[in-house]
Amino acid sequence: MPHPAVRCVGLRQVFADTVAVDGLDLQVEPGEVFGLLGPNGAGKTTTIRLITTLLPAPPGAVEVLGLDVSSRKTSVRRLIGYLPQQLSADGTLTGRENVTLFARLYDVPRRERAAQVQAVLDSVDLVDVAERLAKTYSGGMLRRLELAQALVSAPRLLILDEPTVGLDPVARDAVWERIHEIRRATGMTVLVTTHAMQEADQHCDRIALMHRGRIRALGTPAELKGAIGPAATLDDVFRCHTGDTLADSERRGLRDVRAARRTAGRLG
Amino acid sequence: MIIEAEPGLWRGAAIGISRVATMCLVELQKLRHDRSELLTRAVQPALWLVVFGNVFTRLHAIPTGNVAYLDFLAPGILAQSALFIAIFYGIQIIWERDAGVLAKLLVTPTPRVALVAAKAFAAGIRAVAQAVVVLVLALVMGVGLSANPLHWLGVIVALMLGSAFFCCLSITIAGVVLSRDRLMGIGQAITMPLFFASNALYPVALMPGWLQVINHVNPLSYEVDALRGLLIGTPARLLLDFGVLLVAAALMITGASALLPRLVRG
Repeated sequence: MPHPAVRCVGLRQVFADTVAVDGLDLQVEPGEVFGLLGPNGAGKTTTIRLITTLLPAPPGAVEVLGLDVSSRKTSVRRLIGYLPQQLSADGTLTGRENVTLFARLYDVPRRERAAQVQAVLDSVDLVDVAERLAKTYSGGMLRRLELAQALVSAPRLLILDEPTVGLDPVARDAVWERIHEIRRATGMTVLVTTHAMQEADQHCDRIALMHRGRIRALGTPAELKGAIGPAATLDDVFRCHTGDTLADSERRGLRDVRAARRTAGRLG
Repeated sequence: MIIEAEPGLWRGAAIGISRVATMCLVELQKLRHDRSELLTRAVQPALWLVVFGNVFTRLHAIPTGNVAYLDFLAPGILAQSALFIAIFYGIQIIWERDAGVLAKLLVTPTPRVALVAAKAFAAGIRAVAQAVVVLVLALVMGVGLSANPLHWLGVIVALMLGSAFFCCLSITIAGVVLSRDRLMGIGQAITMPLFFASNALYPVALMPGWLQVINHVNPLSYEVDALRGLLIGTPARLLLDFGVLLVAAALMITGASALLPRLVRG
């Protein structure tokens, strides 16, 4: 029986006097698109940082594909592709150089490297602009470039932290389209954090709703909505479990859009 | 699914060397895309050589024995130029943290110490590229430089080790202060004292006793001593110089690596 892609057991993270993650139990199955939803400050990003080894996890609390992240950090990192919230491609390198850098950092063998970089640039539709400096790319192109960086090592688990924040609907759809294509082709697992309800509804197989460091609801989008009422939306599910409203969340989302634009400005 | 074991000492060392080579290559790619930075950064060393060097050569105010003052000064300015480049790598790493780049790098199968070493020697590559510009200027001004290729190889090693030390010093400070603004202030506050408390501008014998003590613990002095010995043939303790630079760089890489998680959390 295959190992779960991610397994968290009683995961807890405290910063000074703030409990960011409070006894989290979570299992992500291989091959699924799993959405971690919640308002800002829910503990989503901290959870991702624990899973990706950016924060030290206690022994036995987090496993990735059967490996304990506290003792098998390097092995776990080889299995993960990671896309942070910010637009983080290097604007002073070309698209191809950006992807090749990560191929080297993931020890893609030299004889396969050029072909793998070309294939992954092709998969995100950036081959034609691969020799241009990344600072000349639009926000959507940068996101796709970063997706190529995360995918160049053919990861078994792709972790996306708010991948479409700051993107217009067309660019957002383009990013998701690429993610689904690659997932269908490779069978990799996708773990995504977002507070965009419609996006989660449309693209995730299962969703965990996080609030104040804990999972408040878990299931398929249809199950979560069905538990609230026949005409319920994920917005209603969100409001029911967090006491928050989408309007509040969207206001925060707009802050994130501005932050993303500042990042794009910095790159350009 | 084949999963490799955690890397042992030798595999870890091989990964480290691979990462250093990768980051040095990236630095060269960046320089290839924007060569203007080499010229703009050459303005300050050029001023030191052209204005300060020429004036003090004519004044004969600083006794440098049989060596012309401009010749004596050129290796010091070379080391200063490398110092100024390296010391601001801490600011770059805070920028990388804010932009998510550092997190992305740390999620790759790269040991922390290898990542810091890679950054350190990437700073060295930039310093060497800058040194070429400064040395061409020195040659144009008539500074008598060694033609021995082994000496030039030694110059590259000294610049790489010195830059690695100062780059990691600034990453270490970044790991303590965590903020770009504070680091900029500290960077500006320490670079000139490091420069003046070294043998870059004047012989150690001219320094007051307390400054000589600081000079002896300042890695920049060992870098300048090595550069001066290799480039213009003044007596130098090359073994000591390279030994100090190597140990200092290794210690500072270790120190900066230990503070990297704090930088990520901050």
